[in-house]
Amino acid sequence: MGDTRVRERTRGGIGEDVARIDGLPKSKGAFAYASDLWADGMLWGHTLRSPHPHARIRSIEISAAVASPGVHAVLTAEDVPGKKTYGLEFADQPVLAWDRVRYVGEPVAIVAAEHPELARRAAARIVVDYEVLPAVTDMKEALEPDAPKVMEFGNVLRHVRIVHGDPDADADVWVEGYYETGMQDQAPLGPEAGLAVPAEDGGIDVYVATQWLHVDRQQMAPCLGLPMEKVRVYLAGVGGAFGAREDVSMQIHASMLALHTGKPVKMSYGRAESFLGHVHRHPSRIWMRHGATRDGRLVNIRARLLLDGGAYASSSTAVTGNASTFACGPYEVPNALIEGTGVYTNNPPCGAMRGFGAVQACFAYEAQMDKLAAVLGIDPIELRLKNALSTGSVFPTGQVIDGTAPVREVIERCAAIPLPPEEPTGPATRDPITVPGGAQNVGHGEGLKRGVGFAAGYKNTAFSEGFDDSSEAWVRLSAGPAGPLVEIRSAAAEVGQGVYTILTQIARSELGVERVILDPSDTNIGSAGSSSASRQTMMSGGAVQLACGAVREALFERVRAREASSDPAGELRLEAGQVLESELPLGPIERFLDEPIEETRVFHHRPTEPIDERGQGAIHVSFAFAAERAVVEVDEDLGLVRVIQIAAAQDVGSALNPRSVEGQIEGGTAQGLGLALMEELQVVDGRIRNASFTDYLIPTILDMPPVVSVLVEEPEPGVPYGAKGVGELSTIVAGAAVAAALRNATGRELNRIPVKPDDLVGLAEPPTSSGPPAAPDVPGPRSVPEYFGLGAGQMEILANDADDA
Amino acid sequence: MTRIEVTVNGVRRDAEVEPRQLLVYFLRETVGLTGTNVGCDTSSCGACTVLLDGESVKSCTLLAVQSDGREVTTIEGMASDGEFHPLQEAFHRNHGLQCGYCTPGMIMAAASFLHENPTPTEEQVREALEGNLCRCTGYQNIVKSILDAAGQMSGVKA
Amino acid sequence: MDVLLPRTLEEALEMKAAKPEALPIAGGTDVMVELNFDLHRPEALIDICRLPELREWKRENGMIFLGAGVTYGRIMRELSELTPLTQASRTVGSPQIRNRGTVGGNLGTGSPAGDALPVLAAYDAEIELASANRARSVRWNEFHVGVKKTALEPDELILGARWRAVRGPGSFSKIGTRNAMVISVAGLCLVMDDDARAVRVALGSVGPTVLRASEAETFVAEELTRSGNWDDPGADLPVDAMGAFAERVAAAARPIDDVRGTAAYRRHACAVLARRALGWALAARREGVGRP
Repeated sequence: MGDTRVRERTRGGIGEDVARIDGLPKSKGAFAYASDLWADGMLWGHTLRSPHPHARIRSIEISAAVASPGVHAVLTAEDVPGKKTYGLEFADQPVLAWDRVRYVGEPVAIVAAEHPELARRAAARIVVDYEVLPAVTDMKEALEPDAPKVMEFGNVLRHVRIVHGDPDADADVWVEGYYETGMQDQAPLGPEAGLAVPAEDGGIDVYVATQWLHVDRQQMAPCLGLPMEKVRVYLAGVGGAFGAREDVSMQIHASMLALHTGKPVKMSYGRAESFLGHVHRHPSRIWMRHGATRDGRLVNIRARLLLDGGAYASSSTAVTGNASTFACGPYEVPNALIEGTGVYTNNPPCGAMRGFGAVQACFAYEAQMDKLAAVLGIDPIELRLKNALSTGSVFPTGQVIDGTAPVREVIERCAAIPLPPEEPTGPATRDPITVPGGAQNVGHGEGLKRGVGFAAGYKNTAFSEGFDDSSEAWVRLSAGPAGPLVEIRSAAAEVGQGVYTILTQIARSELGVERVILDPSDTNIGSAGSSSASRQTMMSGGAVQLACGAVREALFERVRAREASSDPAGELRLEAGQVLESELPLGPIERFLDEPIEETRVFHHRPTEPIDERGQGAIHVSFAFAAERAVVEVDEDLGLVRVIQIAAAQDVGSALNPRSVEGQIEGGTAQGLGLALMEELQVVDGRIRNASFTDYLIPTILDMPPVVSVLVEEPEPGVPYGAKGVGELSTIVAGAAVAAALRNATGRELNRIPVKPDDLVGLAEPPTSSGPPAAPDVPGPRSVPEYFGLGAGQMEILANDADDA
Repeated sequence: MTRIEVTVNGVRRDAEVEPRQLLVYFLRETVGLTGTNVGCDTSSCGACTVLLDGESVKSCTLLAVQSDGREVTTIEGMASDGEFHPLQEAFHRNHGLQCGYCTPGMIMAAASFLHENPTPTEEQVREALEGNLCRCTGYQNIVKSILDAAGQMSGVKA
Repeated sequence: MDVLLPRTLEEALEMKAAKPEALPIAGGTDVMVELNFDLHRPEALIDICRLPELREWKRENGMIFLGAGVTYGRIMRELSELTPLTQASRTVGSPQIRNRGTVGGNLGTGSPAGDALPVLAAYDAEIELASANRARSVRWNEFHVGVKKTALEPDELILGARWRAVRGPGSFSKIGTRNAMVISVAGLCLVMDDDARAVRVALGSVGPTVLRASEAETFVAEELTRSGNWDDPGADLPVDAMGAFAERVAAAARPIDDVRGTAAYRRHACAVLARRALGWALAARREGVGRP
C-alpha cells in the first residue's frame, strides 16, 4: 500500500527557503521602479518648498513661472480641487500651504513642465512673500504655555497616561536615567517617485511606490474632489520603504498637475528632496526610574516619554501610543506609571519608521536594566531572565499576554551564540582595515577596547488600539496550459520585505499547486492594509490562506460530486498537483478544473480595544520578542567604532521562509546599528543641515558586521501558520545593544544615540535634563486633534471601505 | 547638442546629447536602459555603477559626452545569449537583494572586482563593495552571493 | 552649457584662453555633485580627461611629477612606494570614485577636505600651471588661498604637482565617522625627510586650507636631533616629547564646528593622529623601512 502513496511534496511551499519571485528581474535590471515610469508626452512635476520653519504667506506671485519656457501649470493651494488638507491619522497637513508654513520643506506650489530642469527653473521664479514668525523647534519648549502654537488648538498631539498596579509602590533599589535619541531617516535607496495619468472618465490613474495603496487613495480622492472609484492607485516598483512611504508624498501633487494639464505627470524626487519629502523617526527624550527588590525583581517603573512629532500629525499619535505602552520592556513589572507625550513643533514632520516608537523606548529601558544590574551586582543577562515576560504575564495596559512569549528563550539562545575570537590589540598588531576607522588608516591596533552589550525588546504585530486593519485577497485556481495554475490578487505592497514570495508560498502549500502567479497590486481589489507594523505576512498571508481554503473547499465539492468512487468519509488533500483521498491519488487537480474556481476573502486579526483614561485596554494583537548581543571595538583615543559581531535570537512564531526572515533580521539590525553610531538628521532651528548621502551617513558594508541569527519558533496561536511579524524587532534591539556595548567598552554613560566620537572620547558631556515637563492638560487619552474635530484619516477610510463592500 | 559615439553593452550608438546630460540619464532616457538606478546624486550610494572600459564608475558623476569613444556596460549587458551572468543568478539564489534598488550597481561593482580578483576572501569582497550602499539586507547575503558567484565563475573557467 | 572636449593640452589651453569661464572637469567626482545639486551653473565645462600630458607621472632628477589627470586608482597601482600618497588615495571615496577622481580635482576644488592635499603639502609640492602663453609653478600654500579658493588664473589649467622625492617614512590618516566612503573630518600626513633631517606634518579639514604644523615640525626635528635619532634610528624619543609634539600639531589646527564634526574633536583627533603617525614613522626607521 505504501507504494501507491504519493511521496512527492509540493515544492516551494511554506517553511522553505524559496528564492524571491522578483529576484531575477531585479538582478537583471528589468524590474520597473517608480522612477523608471514613463508615458508618451508626459510632463515633469516639481515642488516649491518653504524655506522657513514658521511663516505667514502674504502672497504668492506665479506669473514669471507661468511664463517660463516649457511650463504647463503652476498650482498653489487655491487650485486644490477638493479638501485642502490630508493626513494619515488626521487631515491636518495642507496639500499646498496657504496662510502659513509650518516647517522647512513644506510644499507651497507645484509646477509641471516639459523637462525636470525647466520645472525646477520655473519653480525658482515663483515669488512667495513670507512674514517670518517665531518658531518652536524644541519639543520640551513646545509644551510651555507661551510657546508659539503650531496648531490653533496647541502643540499637544497626544498624551498617554498608563497607570499599572500601584504607581506608588516602594522598592529596595531605584535607578534613574535620562535618555535622548536623534532624528533618524528611513533613507530607502529609491527616492519618492510616481506617475499620474489622467483617465478618460475624468478620474486619475496613479502609479506610485507606496506602502499602502488604499490609504493613499483615501487621502487623495477628497483632495482631488473625485469619488474614490475614480482614483485608481497602482503599485510601482518600490526601492525600499521602512515607513517613509506610509504617508503621501507626491501622489496628490502629481495628480493635480495631471488633471489640470490633461497630460501624464511624473514626479521623481532627488535625494535632497527625499529628505524633505517624507517623515522621519521621532527624536525622543525619555526619563525613567526603575525600582527593584534587592534580589533583582522589578517592582515599579516610572517612565516619561516625549516625542517630537514635527509640524504635522502623520502617525505621531500611534507612535506615542506604542512608545508608551512598550516603555517597560519585555519584563514583568507589577506597578508602573508611564506618561508619553507627542508634540507638534516647527521641525520636519515625524511618523512611521521601522520600530515605530518601540526603538526609542528600548534604548532607554535596556540602559536602565544594565544600570540596575550594575547597582544590584547581578549579571545583566541574569537580571533580564529573572524578569522576563512569559505567556500569562500582564502588560502595563492590563492586557494579558495570551500568545507565545519566549522571552527567556530569545535571551538564552542569543547569549549562547559563541563570541567572536579575541583579536590582538596594541600598536603594530593589526591591518588598519580591521580596526575602527576601517579604510581610513587611523590605527594599527592602538587604543582598542572591546565591549559586549545586550538588549532584549518587543513589539506588536499589526495595528493596535481598536484599529481593524484587515486584508483582502482574491485567489483563482484554473487548469493552465501546463497544469493547474493559481493566480493571486492582493493590494499588499511589496516594498522589498518579500511579501509577494510569501503569498505564493502560502498558495502552494494550501492548494498543492506549484505554478502560482501574482497579479500587480492596485486598488481594484480591497485594501490589504499597510506594509508596515510587521503585519503583511500575518494579514495578507492570512487573507490568501483564507481565499485558498475557500477555493479548496469548492474544489473538494466538485471532487465529491464527480468521483463516484469517492469515499464520503475519506479525507481529501491537495499535494504536488494531485487530489489525494485518504493519502491515495484520485487524479490530477486540473481534471476538476474545467471551470476555474475563484474566491475572495478578507482576513481580520482579532479585535483590539482602544486605550482608556487610565491607559488600560487589550490594545495589541500579538507580541513578538527579540534579543541581540553586540560586540564592538572602540578606538578609545579617537572615539571610532567597529562592530565585530551581532548575535541575534528572534521569536518568529514560525518561519515561513527562513532565509527571508534572516534577511529581515540582518537588514533591520543594520538600521538599528546606524541609529546607534551615525544616523541623525541634524536639525537646527528647524532646518536639516545634512540632507544628502554625503552627510547623512548610513552604514556601509565595512560598518556592518556579520549577524549570527537564531530563529526561535513557537507558533503563535490564532494567527496564520503561527507566524509572527519579523520586520521590526532587530531594529528595535540592535541600537540598544550597540549602545550597551559601547558603554561596556568605555565605561561612559552614553545616554544619547547616535553616539558620537566626541561622546566616546569624553569631549562632550552626556545630555542632562532639568526634569520632565509637566503633564499637559488634554481632553482624554486619544489623539488631541480628534477632540478638536479634525477629520480622522484611516478610521474614516476603513469605515468607507466597509460601506463599499 | 554634441554628437557622441559610444558602445553600450556591445552595441555602437551614435547620439546627439545635451552637453550637460549625465551618463546615467543618457543610459536611462536616451538609450532606454532603466536598469541603472539613481539613488543619491552625490556619487555616494553606488546604485548607478556601470563599467566604463571595464572599470566601475558612478554614472551620476560622469557626463554622457565623457563616454564618447568608450565602452559602457550596464546591468542589461551582463546576461549573454539569454544566459544570466553567474552574479545575477547568485544574487537570486542567495537572497542577495530585497528591494533590489542597489542590486544593479552591486552586481556591476562586483563584476569589476571579480575581474581583478577572481577568488576573493570574504574580507576582500567587503572591502571592494565599500562604495555601494544597501539599505535592506545588512549586506550579509550580498557577500554570500558574490562569493557564490566567484566559486561558480572560477569553476566555469576551470 | 557647453562642454569643450580638447584632445591635446595645446588645444585645451587655447580653448581655456578663448573661454576662461569654462570649468575644468576630469573625473567629475567633485564638480558633477555641485552641478547635480544646482549649486553651480558654469556656462561651460572643459573636459580634460583625455589630455595625455595630464595623465602621466614621472621621476626625473630626484623630482616626482604627478599629472593632474592621474586617477587615485592608478596612484594605488603604479605609485605604491609613495606610501602617504597611496594611503591618501585609498581613503578617497570608493573604487568607482578612485577610478575617476584625480589629484587635479582635489587641487582645483580646493576643499580643505581633499584627501590628497595634505600629502602634497607635506611633500612641499609645487603646483604646475599653464595657460596658452605661459607656464608657472606655485607652492602648494600659495595655490590654495582660502576655502575653495585657488590662485589659478581664469585662462590657466592645472598640469600637476611636482616635488622632491623624500627619503624616509611617512603616512596619511583620515578621520571619518564611518568606516568607509566618508568625507574627512580631520586628515594628517606626516613625512620624515631623512636627508633634510626634517619632519613635515600637514593637516586637512581643520582649517580653511590645508595647514602645516610648522612649530611642531621644528620641535620634533630638534627632539630627534637631541635624542640622536637621526643618526641612530634605534634611539628613543622621550615619551613626553611625543606628547608635546602631538600638542603642537593640535595647536596648529584652526578647526570649526560643522555638520561633520566639532572643532574640539578635530583638534583632539589631530593630536592623536600626530602621535600615532610619528610613532609609525620612528618604528619604520628603526626597522629600516622606507630606506632606499
